[in-house]
Amino acid sequence: MPKLLTQKEALKAYRDMLLIRRFEERASQLYGMGLIAGFCHLYIGQEAVVVGIQSVLKSQDTVITAYRDHGHMLACDMDPKGVMAELTGRSGGYSKGKGGSMHMFSREKNFFGGHGIVGAQIPIGAGLAFAHKYKEDKGVCIASMGDGASNQGQVYESYNMAALWGLPVVYVIENNHYGMGTSVERSSAGPNYYGRGQGWGIPGEKVDGMRLMEVMAAAQRATDHARSGKGPYILEFDTYRYRGHSMSDPAKYRSKEEVEEVKIHRDPIDYFRTYMTETLKIKEAQIKVIDDEVKKTVLEAVEFSKTSPEPDPSELYTDILKEEAPLQ
Amino acid sequence: MTANQREDIPMTDSSLVTLTVREALRDGMAEEMIRDESVFLMGEEVAEYNGAYKVSQGLLDQFGAKRVVDTPITEHGFAGLGVGAAFGGLRPIVEFMTFNFSMQAIDQIINSAAKTLYMSGGQMGCPIVFRGPNGAASRVGAQHSHCYASWYAHCPGLKVISPYSAGDAKALLKAAIRDPNPVVFLENELLYGRSFDDVSQDPDYVLPIGKALIRREGKDVTLTAFSIMVGKALEAADRLAEEGIEAEVIDLRTLRPLDVETIVESVMKTNRIVSIEESWPFAGIGSEMAALMMEHAFDYLDAPVLRVTGADVPMPYAANLEHLALPQVESIVEAAKAVCYRS
Ligand SMILES: Cc1ncc(C[n+]2csc(CCOP(=O)(O)OP(=O)(O)O)c2C)c(N)n1
Ligand SMILES: [Mg+2]
Repeated sequence: MPKLLTQKEALKAYRDMLLIRRFEERASQLYGMGLIAGFCHLYIGQEAVVVGIQSVLKSQDTVITAYRDHGHMLACDMDPKGVMAELTGRSGGYSKGKGGSMHMFSREKNFFGGHGIVGAQIPIGAGLAFAHKYKEDKGVCIASMGDGASNQGQVYESYNMAALWGLPVVYVIENNHYGMGTSVERSSAGPNYYGRGQGWGIPGEKVDGMRLMEVMAAAQRATDHARSGKGPYILEFDTYRYRGHSMSDPAKYRSKEEVEEVKIHRDPIDYFRTYMTETLKIKEAQIKVIDDEVKKTVLEAVEFSKTSPEPDPSELYTDILKEEAPLQ
Repeated sequence: MTANQREDIPMTDSSLVTLTVREALRDGMAEEMIRDESVFLMGEEVAEYNGAYKVSQGLLDQFGAKRVVDTPITEHGFAGLGVGAAFGGLRPIVEFMTFNFSMQAIDQIINSAAKTLYMSGGQMGCPIVFRGPNGAASRVGAQHSHCYASWYAHCPGLKVISPYSAGDAKALLKAAIRDPNPVVFLENELLYGRSFDDVSQDPDYVLPIGKALIRREGKDVTLTAFSIMVGKALEAADRLAEEGIEAEVIDLRTLRPLDVETIVESVMKTNRIVSIEESWPFAGIGSEMAALMMEHAFDYLDAPVLRVTGADVPMPYAANLEHLALPQVESIVEAAKAVCYRS
């Protein structure tokens, strides 16, 4: 049974989830206006997963994920302005406008991307864990992937090495039931992703990713395990993305009813709001303060992303190689 | 000119010794591992077996299993793991048993290691060395014989080194390990056992990446080569000298960034150039050389740029066919004479 949250913890978690939702709604608008281009993968529906995991992390821990990364970055406390300005391809973006929606990083917040090659982030995550172990900094790496990515061979190469060497990595599978237009039933023989580490003795569990406290509790178990030197852990979160795969996807491969069913009965933010008011007795007025603050934060990010200038043409040829270190 | 009569090693360095390329590479890694705790070596058979080609001989004993790591046979996975370790502040040396197997991992090398600095607006350096033998060994057929120099040299965000002598191998590997960027370091199996008298024992001695070396001076034709082909080019130059043609042999040493200046200066003097490599001709290093000479030395050329390359076929196994598929001294001599209009 997940423990009760304090009012303060609850308000922070609610704020973080709401920030992601409102941020993504605005990103969707900006995309419609032509201010954001290319691929843009929204995280709406999956907010409880990253917010729950982030709540148990320590400052030295590292996070890496794929291209559906806006939520992860906001959960890592990266500045919404810098994220939105990257989406609009401006110099104020986290990658100076040179990375785009799928490729953003923050050394300061230990967020290691933002990777556009499905599955590639997983062995990289094992490498971040390798570095934690090597440096003995007691850090854990959270390496996230989708249900689709879970069928990539390098995921299993990574499981093997992580188990073999006892690396402190938590593999997170955000099972939103689709990889683009392919449902898990059509992509995966035996889609128990959490059990796929069994052959290597990696413990795994399936968790309702729409229920924040369950995510938190599972993330605590998994990170405790990895941090204590017992090696990797797999968490599969049952979740759902409300929007298409990317902005250009009308999502014809699933029914409206299927989506509505989740929105009405399983929405992670609605559910948590009810928990706040009914179980924790938090007042509507307190929640309203957060709603307003989030709205303001997102509007500021939008404004910044529109007014930040495009990168200087001279930026085309910078950041290809790092400055030479002194050789001697 | 013997290998140690070189302008870039200070003649005050009395510590030059004769070593095989294999020993020089090992010493280079060992010195850097002593110098920097964050340097570690990983790959298949690098530790307990002392390296598939014994390049890491003794390193496990010297540094222990934390820093000399035997991996499973999992190139895609351990290349990616190396990239992550580099993002995480370490300096991995990742050995491929041969670069042919790096094709399993090329996605991580290019999409993750080479591009991330740019995609992160300069935040995310990836100080990693991918090293191992490259190109043809002997009689190992099509899947174990290819030279990947042009594949990797194509990619911004990488540095690509391919040394010839033992001294260069050591000093450039040390530079690669210290470099804050991803470096592809292409060795050659047939060179591993060859000795050179140019190895510095000064642990602070490194060579700059991106600088070619004129291994033989000449006024009539420029021959460019890298790795084992440098030896072939030098032999060809000896033969050409007998026929009164003085060839200048440039050891490219680094393929990216290529030392265009040294090549152009040479061509301004010789007015003729032959590019030599053992890989396939199409879109190869020689193609690039031809284009660069058009762009930078067109007015100095007295003959078309010629390429001596491997044959445009998968490497055959049969001894006679393998010989035919690889550049030989005769083909270099012929090409040099052709551009001198002496055939
Ligand atoms: C190696 C590779 N193959 C294919 C693609 C194209 N692609 C991008 S996202 C995607 C679906 C991935 O689905 P999943 O892992 O479930 O993540 P989700 O989008 O649901 O978050 C595909 C096929 C890619 N980017 N990289
Ligand atoms: Mg999915």
